[in-house]
Amino acid sequence: MTTSLQPKQIAQLEAIVGTENCLTAGADRLTHAYDATQRRYLPHLVVYPNSTEEVSRIMCLAHAWRLPVTPRGAGSGFSGGALPVMGGIVLVLTRMNRILEIDRENFIAVVEPGVVTADFQRQVESLGLFYPPDPASKEFCTLGGNIAENAGGPRCLKYGVTRDYVLGLTVVSAQGEVFRCGGRTLKNVVGYDLTHLFVGSEGTLAIVTAMTLRLLPKPASKKTMLAQFASIGGAARAVTGIIAGKIIPATLEFMDAATLSCVRDRSPIPLPDQCKAALIIETDGDAVHAEAQMAAIAALIAPHDFLGGQLAATSEEAERIWQVRRAISPSLKQLGPDKFNEDIVVPRAQLPDMIAALEEIAVRFQVRIVNFGHAGDGNIHVNIMVDLSQDGVPERARQAVEAVFQAAVRLGGSISGEHGIGTVKAGYLGLEIDPVAMSMMRRVKAAFDPDNILNPEKIFPPL
Amino acid sequence: MKNPELADYREVMRQCVKCGACQAKCPAYRLTRREGAVARGKIALAQALADGEIGIENTLLPDLDFCLLCGGCATACPNAVPTPEIVAAARRHIGAQRGGTTLEHGISRLTASPKLMKMAAKTAAAGQSILSGFSSKSIPAESGLRLRLPQAMAGRLLPRIPHRNLFDRLPEKIAGQPGKPTVGFFAGCGLTYLFPHIGEKAVALLTRFGYEVIIAKSQGCCGIPAASCGDGAAVERLAARNVSAFKEADVIVTACASCFSGIGDHYRAMGVVDFTGKVVEFSDFLLREKLLGLMAGQQERPGEIRPPRRVTWHDPCHLKRHGLTSGPRKILKALPDVELVEMAGASLCCGLGGSFSLKHYAASKAIGTEKIAGLTASKAEYVVTACPGCLIQLQDIISQAGLPMRATHLVEML
Repeated sequence: MTTSLQPKQIAQLEAIVGTENCLTAGADRLTHAYDATQRRYLPHLVVYPNSTEEVSRIMCLAHAWRLPVTPRGAGSGFSGGALPVMGGIVLVLTRMNRILEIDRENFIAVVEPGVVTADFQRQVESLGLFYPPDPASKEFCTLGGNIAENAGGPRCLKYGVTRDYVLGLTVVSAQGEVFRCGGRTLKNVVGYDLTHLFVGSEGTLAIVTAMTLRLLPKPASKKTMLAQFASIGGAARAVTGIIAGKIIPATLEFMDAATLSCVRDRSPIPLPDQCKAALIIETDGDAVHAEAQMAAIAALIAPHDFLGGQLAATSEEAERIWQVRRAISPSLKQLGPDKFNEDIVVPRAQLPDMIAALEEIAVRFQVRIVNFGHAGDGNIHVNIMVDLSQDGVPERARQAVEAVFQAAVRLGGSISGEHGIGTVKAGYLGLEIDPVAMSMMRRVKAAFDPDNILNPEKIFPPL
Repeated sequence: MKNPELADYREVMRQCVKCGACQAKCPAYRLTRREGAVARGKIALAQALADGEIGIENTLLPDLDFCLLCGGCATACPNAVPTPEIVAAARRHIGAQRGGTTLEHGISRLTASPKLMKMAAKTAAAGQSILSGFSSKSIPAESGLRLRLPQAMAGRLLPRIPHRNLFDRLPEKIAGQPGKPTVGFFAGCGLTYLFPHIGEKAVALLTRFGYEVIIAKSQGCCGIPAASCGDGAAVERLAARNVSAFKEADVIVTACASCFSGIGDHYRAMGVVDFTGKVVEFSDFLLREKLLGLMAGQQERPGEIRPPRRVTWHDPCHLKRHGLTSGPRKILKALPDVELVEMAGASLCCGLGGSFSLKHYAASKAIGTEKIAGLTASKAEYVVTACPGCLIQLQDIISQAGLPMRATHLVEML
């Protein structure tokens, strides 16, 4: 691996993207060294390409020089996917943020990777169309990053994850070749499904430079309810009750007692002390359907320690309900300055068992654990809140994290539902992936990137 | 009263968890899509600077310089990290070690001296015909307008500068009814020199409601231009001047959103206790003092029927940051001859950013163009706001886009 770049090499990269889009100064290296994990690795150089062709030419050089390349969108990931662990080039795709096409007859859109998810959603919704994946960071994360991490979000319960909306990709290989996979149709069984191999590959196999996305008609109406429960068990039974009642709501978010006690003070909706768990439930579709479903849900949850619910009559009231959910993240730090933010997932019927396991882990390792997330699909955001400056805490926190992962896998779940593995969970991959599958995955990586220059040190534990 | 050091912000900067949420609300980032432009990147640089990890070499300056100090980032931040204060501290840190640029010196020197400001405005007012004739001989070298000239002439439309400034037009003190609090009217440079008629109207309204109003002639600039140029000493001098000018005031009212942030946020950070908790923005003052009903009552003139004016509201960044978004709309809705229409992108920054537009006119203009679609679709006759800075920029945007509307201050609508 190269440890520094020669002036001649920098000039070659500058010739591709222009001097103003090829950054080598100390300040520029610093501002492209981190992501939302807050870890930091300095790249040697940063490029902001503006076309597939530029990306391809950059990769040709990187391949010739055996120089690591880390693709980056908004740098908002929680698993370290955008960290240039081995230095080299950080390749930022935010300038490639054009919506190339919205096809209203075929319900598809062709976009570049730098388009911000919520901007895209607003654009298609203005045409009566709908792109469901809604990660919490949708106002700033990019669609390219969503594809790299196979992002989810609250609506995925009913509508599925990013993968389910990717029809085709334009891709640049680690050697700089440009190719397409998938297409513009829902059905397509020609050859291996490379498209869906790249979705969730965390920038380790190839660089996506354009994508064809599937759209839906926008639901005409939406109903939102905040349901309060006297026990976490009641809320968990309510979730299974709704699903057993053959209803898949658009959204089914939960907050546990620790979460509620954090947000109680700043919640725009009163949360009495006896409320130990809450669900945010949304139904959508045409108005009659959304309303009927919500009425059915109200009946289904009533027997389960249900304290009462606030049904939003207007979009402003619905917004107030979501404010409760959004108040969580900033309010957590009162429990400890350092946060381990994990996103395990279990089959939804095992949700009560997982909650019990988390309570036991909190006691065993003497750490505060706050849980909230997507109850409907079993995806829990487990936040272990600690003060790492105190003696013994780093080790206890590490053990608690490992115990959380073990419990998730034991219950038939997964160590990450939507954040990805990156660097932060690479060491735990073996907990879930058996040795043969791991070896297969390594061979896939080697087939696409034999020189290991694309986002090295991600996903796989060190050999 | 002393500016905090950059190192004093270490703990605050640690609250930035690098999540990236600021990207959604940063006008500089929305334009460039570059990490160096956004709050997260600037904080990373300020941290490295505070820790001595990086020197003040030129490479770090462009990023810290490319900030409108609008505070959009802070409203998007889950931990409300005050990036504008951090950027200002970093600029002071750099300014103290390296000194500012000629332009920064000029801005800071001019705005820090009421005497120079006054002279510059008078000269500019007198020389306006010469100005438009593209000769700047009549403007003194120390005048900020001289600095402004090249950019201004490169297409920016500036309002005509009146001959008589606000202090020429008003006495220092206007008596009020007994028992009513004494209101200090903090005019700010915009309402003093560029739009004195707005200042006059604001004071007239306060007087009409019976407040004793102090329009201290010794008041100076709020300090934001100097702060944004990294001249901490000038800000401290201005704060001291303003504290002594408003000693007798129970409450300090300003009709400039930027000054509201200057004498509010910046002075609070400096520990200016005399101003803390006393500063109220004009529209907020009307609502707090429940003057709306009174005003509506006074407005109605029997027999006179005026057709409603179609207006739309532009949120100044420095009101938005303090949650002052519904108040001005409430006031406009309450006016009998006003029809308020909401425009798309009402809360988007106009792009002026004070000295930002002097240093980066092309970027300032490009940020401003984001407003055009919303303005056009609103079909309003007036775009109303509460910041002289926004007023300059909005009028420039409107004129250059050829839109059939006018930018105006909320006070003018009352």
